[in-house]
Amino acid sequence: MKYVDEFRDPQKAKFLLHEIESLVNQIEICQHRPLYVMEVCGGHTHSIFRYGLESILPEAIAFVHGPGCPVCVLPMGRVDDCVALAETPDVILTTFGDAMRVCGSQKSLLDAKAQGCDVRMVYSPLDALQIARQNPSKQVVFFALGFETTIPSTALTVLQAEAEGIENFSLFCNHITIIPTIKAVLDSPKLQIDGFIGPGHVSMVIGKTPYQFIADRYHRPFVIAGFEPLDILQALWMVLKQLAEGRVEVENQYKRVVPEQGNKVAIEAIAKVFELREFFEWRGLGSIEQSGVRVREAYAKYDAERKFAVPAIKVADPKFCQCGEVLTGTIKPWDCRVFGNACSPETPLGALMVSSEGACAAYYQYGDWEKIHQKKVQKEAIAAIS
Amino acid sequence: MCLGIPGQIIKITNPEHKLGLVDISGVQREVNLACILDEEHPLESCVGDWVLVHVGFAMSRIDEEEAAMTLQILTELGEV
Repeated sequence: MKYVDEFRDPQKAKFLLHEIESLVNQIEICQHRPLYVMEVCGGHTHSIFRYGLESILPEAIAFVHGPGCPVCVLPMGRVDDCVALAETPDVILTTFGDAMRVCGSQKSLLDAKAQGCDVRMVYSPLDALQIARQNPSKQVVFFALGFETTIPSTALTVLQAEAEGIENFSLFCNHITIIPTIKAVLDSPKLQIDGFIGPGHVSMVIGKTPYQFIADRYHRPFVIAGFEPLDILQALWMVLKQLAEGRVEVENQYKRVVPEQGNKVAIEAIAKVFELREFFEWRGLGSIEQSGVRVREAYAKYDAERKFAVPAIKVADPKFCQCGEVLTGTIKPWDCRVFGNACSPETPLGALMVSSEGACAAYYQYGDWEKIHQKKVQKEAIAAIS
Repeated sequence: MCLGIPGQIIKITNPEHKLGLVDISGVQREVNLACILDEEHPLESCVGDWVLVHVGFAMSRIDEEEAAMTLQILTELGEV
């Protein structure tokens, strides 16, 4: 497949690994502690595990899996609201597949569907709009999730609905934005990160400039990366090169897809339909200022939260789940007390086990179980001594 | 979630809605092309272009030259 296979070439990966190893030897930090590199995007987390990159990289490099999985950071209360919408008479609830199995406090959308609600999985918001065209006597609600990569698609779908005069279509908007999220991560006192691998597909929309503050104010290297194994290795190499040379910059490894200024049409569509919320609640991270968007007043009739009585009840995450600590990198997924026993991809308790981009699902599916077991035993032994 | 897949535009199917047929690894699907259109790239000129597709929308035109340059850097690493 063009633009995919070339970026999976094992020979070139070997060249990069060799370069990475030699840089690790030059970087001062690596001599006394691991170098922490956060991949912000869940898509990167998935690629890192799928291609076993952790196992071939020097031990001195530790990936910290960032909060860039929109399904994983959705608080339970929002899922409850979505289930309530699905249970509303004459509503067809449409959603991306990722969100079907995320549990609310009582049930998931999949459970609601099993109980008779009309919940339909769609590939695109345009498919949801098509369902609205075909079912004029029903109200079609689209569960809008995702960062800036996805926001333009829902914005353009709303504009399309308006142009056609379709009135039985609305969004349950849970879109979130990347910059406040990264800022929240950088401001977290517990977090130790030496550099970032930046989200490639968010960046093709917003461009390179919005990240400049990370280099200027927080003095961390930030390299926008593609999603194939060579992309991730090359981006890591670029982060290490900056550290070895004492530079702090925003760089773009994914130039074939990410233009410097982003996508003008997409940015304009977002600004036309959406506005920032003062606050948005995140699972595990709490409330983050200006991190979410809502539908503007001018498009109120396409906003499910204005159109229907959404309960909007705040629900605390279950006590036994440690999703929050995993999300901020405080603990590894296998440190969580329910990982792999009560919580698995078949019966997920926490959201990180649901999406294939969640760190827990990635460890569960692709992790080295023997290594995980060894680390657990080591940790228990240390705990027993102290 | 932010998954994007490269595909090639085969034909324009609905100029009014800016839709075109995109071939993604042999699977063809109608995709919205609004985000890759500008004065330099009117709709009819897009057939044959490679784009990155996300949830039914072409979100970026893939730059062949940049792709080749990225790979060139990696080839050169092996020659040092």
